[in-house]
Amino acid sequence: MKAQLNTAIAFLSGFIMILAFFSANPGIVNFSQNLLTWVTIVGGISLLLGIVSILKVNLKAIQEKKKDWIFKAILVLFVLGMSVCGIVWGIEEKTPFDWLFQNIQSPMMSTMFSILAFFIASAAYRAFRARTLEATILLITAIIVMLGRTPLGQAIWDKLPTYADWIMAYPNLAVQRGIIIGAALGAAAMSLRILLGIERTYMG
Amino acid sequence: MRKKSFFLFLIAAIISFHNLGLSFASTSESTPLFRADRINILVLFIIFCAVVLLYIRSAGKGKELFVRKISGLEAVEEGVGRATEMGRPVLFIPGIQELDEIQTIAGLSILSRVARTTAQYSTPLIVPVNYPLVLAAAQESIKGAYLDMGKGDDYDPEMAQYVAGEQFAFVAAVHGIMHREKPATNVYMGAFYAESLLLAEEGQASGAIQIAGTANPEQLPFFIAACDYTLMGEELFAASSYLSKEPLMLGSLKGQDWIKILLVICILLGVILETLNIGSGFFYKLFIEH
Repeated sequence: MKAQLNTAIAFLSGFIMILAFFSANPGIVNFSQNLLTWVTIVGGISLLLGIVSILKVNLKAIQEKKKDWIFKAILVLFVLGMSVCGIVWGIEEKTPFDWLFQNIQSPMMSTMFSILAFFIASAAYRAFRARTLEATILLITAIIVMLGRTPLGQAIWDKLPTYADWIMAYPNLAVQRGIIIGAALGAAAMSLRILLGIERTYMG
Repeated sequence: MRKKSFFLFLIAAIISFHNLGLSFASTSESTPLFRADRINILVLFIIFCAVVLLYIRSAGKGKELFVRKISGLEAVEEGVGRATEMGRPVLFIPGIQELDEIQTIAGLSILSRVARTTAQYSTPLIVPVNYPLVLAAAQESIKGAYLDMGKGDDYDPEMAQYVAGEQFAFVAAVHGIMHREKPATNVYMGAFYAESLLLAEEGQASGAIQIAGTANPEQLPFFIAACDYTLMGEELFAASSYLSKEPLMLGSLKGQDWIKILLVICILLGVILETLNIGSGFFYKLFIEH
């Protein structure tokens, strides 16, 4: 019965969204917008679930003194500390919450993102090793595109940017569009399977 | 019983529509019930549904359907087997998007199949997520798989963990898991963005077998460079059908293939007509929203 109810709710919600896409009736359109608002509200409330999960997993690890438990203790401290700062002093500018965000969280996130440069270099090294014909073609194409997009490439040969643009605008875009069309059809077929209740594995 | 509950549900739905003050009739002359500018999309939508349903029906009648081999999915069992032999866990990430993203749902469907295999071999499974709703869905998905395999006692709700809400904080948490738990197999299935290479390179450095799948074309090169197997675009959505081998699920894949053939014909026809300037752009206009 629970599975049938879940499937029925999924079908009805999907059906309303499809109906709203093809209809200009304000009642249907507003109702579909309300459904989307409900999704946001449910998502916001469910944040509590996430906090409970974080605390449960990490407190257990601290209690059992698992490997690197000290980092988990710092995490729990900051989860609680940030929450208290936000609740007591608010989250506006020049509050303790804002100070913690600007001076601790934001730089740490930037650091993580900046590591990407090194990872791109190591991944590119592996991908561009000219061991096969395909890898060699990839290497040549990458050199043209990378050089063509820098002032150095233009200084070497003024037509390099034109060739780089051609590679991006024609072969690259054609392949991307092929993948996008395939993915869109796949997504549509999966949506249909969900609406009809054929695909139910995601519900458990 | 099924018919009765569906009928009751239909009545409840109609009553709730009525209570919400919904009227399916046009409210004024200026707001028509149907958007005529989207008629082309509706026609394609109906054709698509009809073909997919036709194949689902014929598959339901027992017609055998051929589906080409997808190496990445064949490798899932191999990856879980490797983790079992090494006594290490399997790491599964269902993307970094909310539950309203179809790629996340596709990821969770694959998770269910992977969890069946880990349940079968009693291999530890770790599923870090960055949205609480995805956490709840992942827990249900894993629980269902373990119960189906008769290993309900082995199920631990902490197999799925909410680790962080921010994109790069999530990456840091997953890197920590990769360092501490040393998973033997990493599976990334869902919507990924800038973190794709950060995760896959770290996994590569840890020596794990990596299987990835996403429908975001801009992230595919990163996964191809850093992972052993990559599912591209539609393969991600086909994965759960492929792994389940259920005729009804496979039928929808077949229907989807026919629509793809139809679209290829339309594209070729459009290119020829537009190049020869036949029909004054009529064919082009058929495929754009007016």
